[in-house]
Amino acid sequence: MYDAQWRDWKPFVSPNDPCPPIRVKWYIVPPNQYIHFQPMNLPQFTLEEALQRGTLWPALFSPYPSRRMAKGGKANG
Amino acid sequence: MWIYEKKLQYPVRVSKCDPRMARYLVEQYGGADGELSAALRYLNQRYSIPDKVIGLLTDIGTEEFAHLEMIATMIYKLTKDATPEQLEAAGLGANFVNHDGGMFYNNAAGMPWTAAYIATKGDPIADLYEDIAAEEKARTTYQWLIDFTDDVDIQDSLKFLREREIVHSLRFKEAVEMLKADREQKKVY
Repeated sequence: MYDAQWRDWKPFVSPNDPCPPIRVKWYIVPPNQYIHFQPMNLPQFTLEEALQRGTLWPALFSPYPSRRMAKGGKANG
Repeated sequence: MWIYEKKLQYPVRVSKCDPRMARYLVEQYGGADGELSAALRYLNQRYSIPDKVIGLLTDIGTEEFAHLEMIATMIYKLTKDATPEQLEAAGLGANFVNHDGGMFYNNAAGMPWTAAYIATKGDPIADLYEDIAAEEKARTTYQWLIDFTDDVDIQDSLKFLREREIVHSLRFKEAVEMLKADREQKKVY
């Protein structure tokens, strides 16, 4: 579900580039971009989970895996 | 690579001898939300933004230089025939001592332009929001400048520039929508 927050694009790659190309780059579009005024009565995390995640509402949650992580992270390329 | 047309984007007429106004117009020349900041901000952000919106930043950044020329023309016309005494009376004494009739990139309070006025985060959403905010701040500055002169010809040019900020802001917002798109699209990796 949260994976849908990621977008990819393919930068121009020149045959004359000095380094091996990164063919796909990623950026994240967090959910606040789609909620212009938060509606009432959205589903909620448990309080313990909310404290840990930083928001009470799953609809606002945006995970950010480190790009340094090999697996599961959004390393460029 | 640029092609230069030796004319202004919109005519600049100054019908009132008012060096005082030059002192305030310089806010849009070398101020934080001025045209130099705008041009350099957009033309610099181009490199790390998705291809879909590079052209928009190129076009708007280029247009900002055309606006910079218009502001420069206004300031030049207002100061070129002023005596040192008139400049001092207009609050431009310090400017005269440093630059005589030369143009310089500082804001209305005399602070020199700094690259700290512009930002690039490398994140396309963050960068475009910076641009939208910059356009709204420039629009506002134009409003206060229009409020500050009764020269209808300067007002006319400033109103054109103010309108361009409104258009640019909308184009940047459209760019955000373009980069937000394809959320519903099913992706298979």
